[in-house]
Amino acid sequence: MKNSTSLIRKFNTFLNWDNVAGYLFILPFIIGFIVFTAIPFFTSLYLAFTEYNVLSDPKWVGLANFKEMFFEDKLFWVSFKVTFKFALIQVPIKLAVALLVAMILSRATRVTSFYRAAFYIPSLMGGSVAIALLWKQLFSPRGVINQILGFIGLPDNTAWLGNPDTALGTLIALGVWQFGSSMLIFLAAIKNIPSSYYEAAIVDGAGPVRRFFSITLPLLTPIILFNLINQVIGAFQAFNSSYLITNGKPLNTTLYYGVHLYNKAFNQFEMGYGSAMAWFMLLIIGFFTALIFRSSNAWVYYESEGR
Amino acid sequence: MIKANTLSTSAQRRMGTFIYHALMIVASFIMLYPVLWLVASSFKPNGDIFSTATSLFPENFTLENYINGWKGFGGYTFKTFFSNSLLVALSSSVGMVISSTLVAFGLARIQFKGRNFWFVLMIITMMLPGQVMMIPRFVLFNKMGWVGTYLPMIIPSFFASGFNVFLIMQFIRGIPRDMDEAAKIDGCSWYGVFFRIVAPMIVPSMVAVGVLTFMSSWEDFMGALLYLNKPHTYTVAYALKLFNDSSMADFGATFAMSAASLVPILIIFFFFQKSLVEGISIQGLKA
Repeated sequence: MKNSTSLIRKFNTFLNWDNVAGYLFILPFIIGFIVFTAIPFFTSLYLAFTEYNVLSDPKWVGLANFKEMFFEDKLFWVSFKVTFKFALIQVPIKLAVALLVAMILSRATRVTSFYRAAFYIPSLMGGSVAIALLWKQLFSPRGVINQILGFIGLPDNTAWLGNPDTALGTLIALGVWQFGSSMLIFLAAIKNIPSSYYEAAIVDGAGPVRRFFSITLPLLTPIILFNLINQVIGAFQAFNSSYLITNGKPLNTTLYYGVHLYNKAFNQFEMGYGSAMAWFMLLIIGFFTALIFRSSNAWVYYESEGR
Repeated sequence: MIKANTLSTSAQRRMGTFIYHALMIVASFIMLYPVLWLVASSFKPNGDIFSTATSLFPENFTLENYINGWKGFGGYTFKTFFSNSLLVALSSSVGMVISSTLVAFGLARIQFKGRNFWFVLMIITMMLPGQVMMIPRFVLFNKMGWVGTYLPMIIPSFFASGFNVFLIMQFIRGIPRDMDEAAKIDGCSWYGVFFRIVAPMIVPSMVAVGVLTFMSSWEDFMGALLYLNKPHTYTVAYALKLFNDSSMADFGATFAMSAASLVPILIIFFFFQKSLVEGISIQGLKA
């Protein structure tokens, strides 16, 4: 009896060691990391060099998938260019709008929280199927956008989603409309800037434009960096808007990389090829993230170093 | 002279405030217009939706779209789809809150060997694009016999995610360490410190994680597209897409069910606006 209580006590002391308790607390992450991240990560690397249709075992084919990707599959390059264009246009516009609106909203009034909600709600539901289906109808040839354009005397017969020149732009508009969460992050960062900086600047006679470029913008650069990387990673992985609204049409002008990857892997069951595409995407995203980080030395201002 | 001058500047300021609010109201209206239009159209008879598209007030108010839409397809009503979504979103949120809180406490408070290694690893996984995992995870779940069930959409949430761990760690760092030390001197174990001291103080961050997880799980289309293959298991997001494909002409019913699918998101937004806004701001600011 006495023995067992002392055993329990010993066990409890053991459980309370920092090394034991620490690993017990982070155990969910460790298991999840191994099962849902590390194993799939390396499986995917292996599959990229195989031909695999889920039903029969993967067959090693060396670099054949990459050869097909770079030299044979025309849609691969098409989708790569579409995605690149999509990211290149959407991300800067979205971030600029988010920053601009955050600046405007940083002027606190009694109804600011109402405006903030109005600007934020679209980003809460913009990724949903409901909004994708709605977007399709808003921009249909006889949709409400054309009716409004006709009402104010502009051409009202554009088939926004059917015309190769406007389809991608219409999807980009849906993305930009969801600037809300980037805006919230900017807004919180703007509020973190000590008001004494502005007071000192006003005493020195700096106008609002000067204050924005000399105080607000430099102090926001770390947040811009975060939003930029997040948005770039998100844009390269875009899927829903194209899959649900245009399905890559017209003439593949909205065929996102993610949609092409999905079609290959899950419609044509070329899982090996899909994995090769996924790995190429990882490299591209890694390349751009590294590029942004590298460039950040030149434009991101860290307060602690500045002092 | 001086008086006239101050009068005119205060009038100018009032004018400025007026213009500011006028512009903000117009901008808010434009931002919300698509959603308002969706709601308005869902109460219009099918024939009116495009002929009176610019009007936000249904002339011939009707509930018929909701009644028709609710009937669903394949022998299942939207009641099935809504309950499925609720099940998936609620269980994911619960799993995410529990696991992320535990991991955040371990990383924020306990000095164990290898802590920095795991912390850095977590940051790296946060940057990993989900689409790289899409195929191998499908292969894995297929081998486990989980395809066709909700498990692939729920179980991963029970193993924490970087962004949410970060969010909660930020809150834990705000609690003075003296409190754990005092408790430890009084004979409290790490588990006691966690349950009695830290956990009760970080409830707001747990709510934020729960709400954010619920929303993304509710809207998750990709997961349903990959893993669900029987109509009685469909979630709202997936059912809506198939419903739209199958009832091409009945725009009213699609709009009605689209609007209905957004109701839970709006309810959560109105009840938890503060923790949501705080949560998103912190996830961004910590970087």
